[in-house]
Amino acid sequence: MAKFKHPQILIANHLLDGEVLFMGKAGWLRDHRAAVVATSEAEAEALLALGKAELAANKVVDAYLVDIAISPDGHPEPIHYREKLRTLGPSVRLDLGKQATNTEFGDI
Amino acid sequence: MNIAVTPPRSNAPRAAMYYYDTFDRDFVNERVAQFRDQVQRRVSGALTEEEFRPHRLMNGLYLQLHAYMLRIAIPYGTLASNQMRQLAMIADRWDRGYGHFTTRQNLQFNWPKLADVPDILQALAEVEMHAIQTSGNCIRNVTADHFSGAAADEIEDPRPTAELIRQWSTAHPEYCYLPRKFKVAVTGSSNDRAAVLLHDIGLRIVRNEAGEIGYSVIAGGGLGRTPMVGKVVRDFLPREDLLAYLAAILSVYNRYGRRDNKYKARIKILVHETGLEEIKADIEAEFAALDRSGTNADPEEFARIAAYFAPPEFDAAAGTSIFEAEKARNPEFARFASTNLATHKAKGYTIVTVSTKPVGGVPGDVTSAQMRVLADAADLYSSGELRISHEQNVILPHVRLDDVFALWQLLQTAGLATANAGLITDIIACPGMDYCSLATARAIPIAQDISKVFADPERQKLIGKLGIKISGCINACGHHHIAAIGILGLEKSGRESYQITLGGDPTFSASIGERLGPGLEAHEVPQVIEHLVEIYLAERQGDEAFIDTYRRIGQAKFKPALEREVEDGSHL
Amino acid sequence: MVLISEGYFSENCWSLLGDGEAWPFEQDVIVPLARVHEGANVLRKGRLGLLLPNTTEVADVVPYFDQVALLAVQFPAFSDGRGFSLARQLRRAGFKKELRAFGPLLPDQYASALACGFNTIEIPDDRALRMPQAQWRAAYQARDVAYQRGYAHAGSILDRRRAAK
Repeated sequence: MAKFKHPQILIANHLLDGEVLFMGKAGWLRDHRAAVVATSEAEAEALLALGKAELAANKVVDAYLVDIAISPDGHPEPIHYREKLRTLGPSVRLDLGKQATNTEFGDI
Repeated sequence: MNIAVTPPRSNAPRAAMYYYDTFDRDFVNERVAQFRDQVQRRVSGALTEEEFRPHRLMNGLYLQLHAYMLRIAIPYGTLASNQMRQLAMIADRWDRGYGHFTTRQNLQFNWPKLADVPDILQALAEVEMHAIQTSGNCIRNVTADHFSGAAADEIEDPRPTAELIRQWSTAHPEYCYLPRKFKVAVTGSSNDRAAVLLHDIGLRIVRNEAGEIGYSVIAGGGLGRTPMVGKVVRDFLPREDLLAYLAAILSVYNRYGRRDNKYKARIKILVHETGLEEIKADIEAEFAALDRSGTNADPEEFARIAAYFAPPEFDAAAGTSIFEAEKARNPEFARFASTNLATHKAKGYTIVTVSTKPVGGVPGDVTSAQMRVLADAADLYSSGELRISHEQNVILPHVRLDDVFALWQLLQTAGLATANAGLITDIIACPGMDYCSLATARAIPIAQDISKVFADPERQKLIGKLGIKISGCINACGHHHIAAIGILGLEKSGRESYQITLGGDPTFSASIGERLGPGLEAHEVPQVIEHLVEIYLAERQGDEAFIDTYRRIGQAKFKPALEREVEDGSHL
Repeated sequence: MVLISEGYFSENCWSLLGDGEAWPFEQDVIVPLARVHEGANVLRKGRLGLLLPNTTEVADVVPYFDQVALLAVQFPAFSDGRGFSLARQLRRAGFKKELRAFGPLLPDQYASALACGFNTIEIPDDRALRMPQAQWRAAYQARDVAYQRGYAHAGSILDRRRAAK
């Protein structure tokens, strides 16, 4: 596992409908803002292991950890622009994706 | 302007293209059933993702940034009007009301659910379409000249050849687990519009001294990380040996293509590392050893397929009086007529390019409503037939010149009348990081920004034909390597960074674009493109195309375009 | 490893001879190509089979066609399709006895393997657990016509079209 530098959240795609999901306290969420944040290497490993279990249970595909920083509003925001896009949707179709259904969204 | 659309005539013409026989129909139906079973086994866990993946890919289903993506095959870019309507239905019923035409003449839906895909494939099968082998390490959609069967410069329609190869390559027992993807293109014209020199195999229909039709076979072209121009491996291959010779190339590639490194696994690397003479010898040895008569299609089969592509009957008396009168009366129409028409082989007819690149729009994206208008347009004005070009535009191949005005009015009702075919705002862009999980940067916003800067039709006319192509990563699906001005989106220090390449050429005089300088920030790109255009306009002689000016004066003359103001006010 | 023949999990009379193992008298054994000479020198009743990496050159194997009763072609991964071409070429070179695909193939590849000239497939045990016999049987029975001429399956569409005229 890569050296732990930032707090992390777990991201994946729902197997059946393909939507981007985030691991929350009680299971997968469609909104990243309530995602569980791993603040240590041990927590990150546990989160990843949970992701692998969910993969094996055929709930999700392509689960991996994403580096985040806590926003002024207190919720996790991906640091890299690619992962930020995954919480939003296509920047050229603001009427599609999570950005269209969530009530708030930020600039990249 | 609102025009009531005449509903398609019940005796609407049937597009002159291949139609399935019982065998073809049974095949696709079985394939749908097979995939339905595979999805079920995936959901139940009988197949792991790793095991499901090649089957998912061989049925065109990708996992992308926001959702799954389904890539539907449009064989050699040819569509019948009822197929276009079915795509509209699928877009509405199972997706978000639009589709994206790609640089390989396919269509992508960006929001299908895995559970719905078997039903989507069933809906496709009902109109003789599929998503077979549009992904995966197998032979992909065979592409061909989008002006096939209509262009004045055509030796022979390449589509019967493409259809023969399509069938031969479908679920091929030996070639479905290749080192990497395999792309084939066919051209039948003296001007190559299919980029055959930039494919794993390119086929050029030629005549030998005896006047017999055959193929010049090119292998080892490709874009991506290591772009290379293909090499001729056979100057003249007789028609009847086509499948056996392709089998020889594929067998050599399957056995010896690299499998240790994904980025060195295409046949272009094999050709490059083996050497042309040795690879030709390997291919010829395999060709000599295999059972030729047992592999080739017989001439009757080729004739059977070719018969489907016999062009519609053209009216010898087709005139141009309405066309000329409307051009004189309507400057906007005159502009469209001067940009979006290409010379048809039949007198009184033309080939119409419908641009999917309105200024500020998403290149290649078409709504379901637009698809229906295009289908109607095909029925009314183009013998029921459409094409998709690798430039992401829609072609109506057989339009009477005297119908162009009515067609143009119809296209206007759907925002499909942009008069920019081949011009600087007719930008090719891959979906980039707005959709694609492979991307390193976004491509579409760059296209939008550039197109807005050059929106003025007079300015576009002055510049003339100039191809800009944008790729959102090194995989080069935007074909930036073969653009007059190419743009490659990468990442630099956590931000999107864009490299410009100049002097690419996809035709028979193929060349790979050369990098101009260091990467630019997104907001700097339109400015730099403007400077490049200014230099071109200042230097060009007569109506010289960008590529010719570039080759004549060299890259150094274009470097000043990179000088621009940076954030702190300094100049680069 | 589990042997698949005609879609059934079958009794496997062949075993791989281990590295230091002595040659058994009666058993059918499969050995790597490099050990084929040993087999010729040992007095045995059992049959000889060769385990071939999928990079093997056909010319290297042809001299042993008469001696061996089985050729097993390795598939290091199901996505590595070199074995399909190798099988084809072995058949073309005149090998008429049992050709076995050896590795983690999927039932979805069964038809292709047979079409390319394989008779049997031997898969790892854990594969067999997740892909039970029913899947292999279904794949075996679902074999149908294909577009390509010259492959050993239920016939080609091109030939059917010709016959239908």
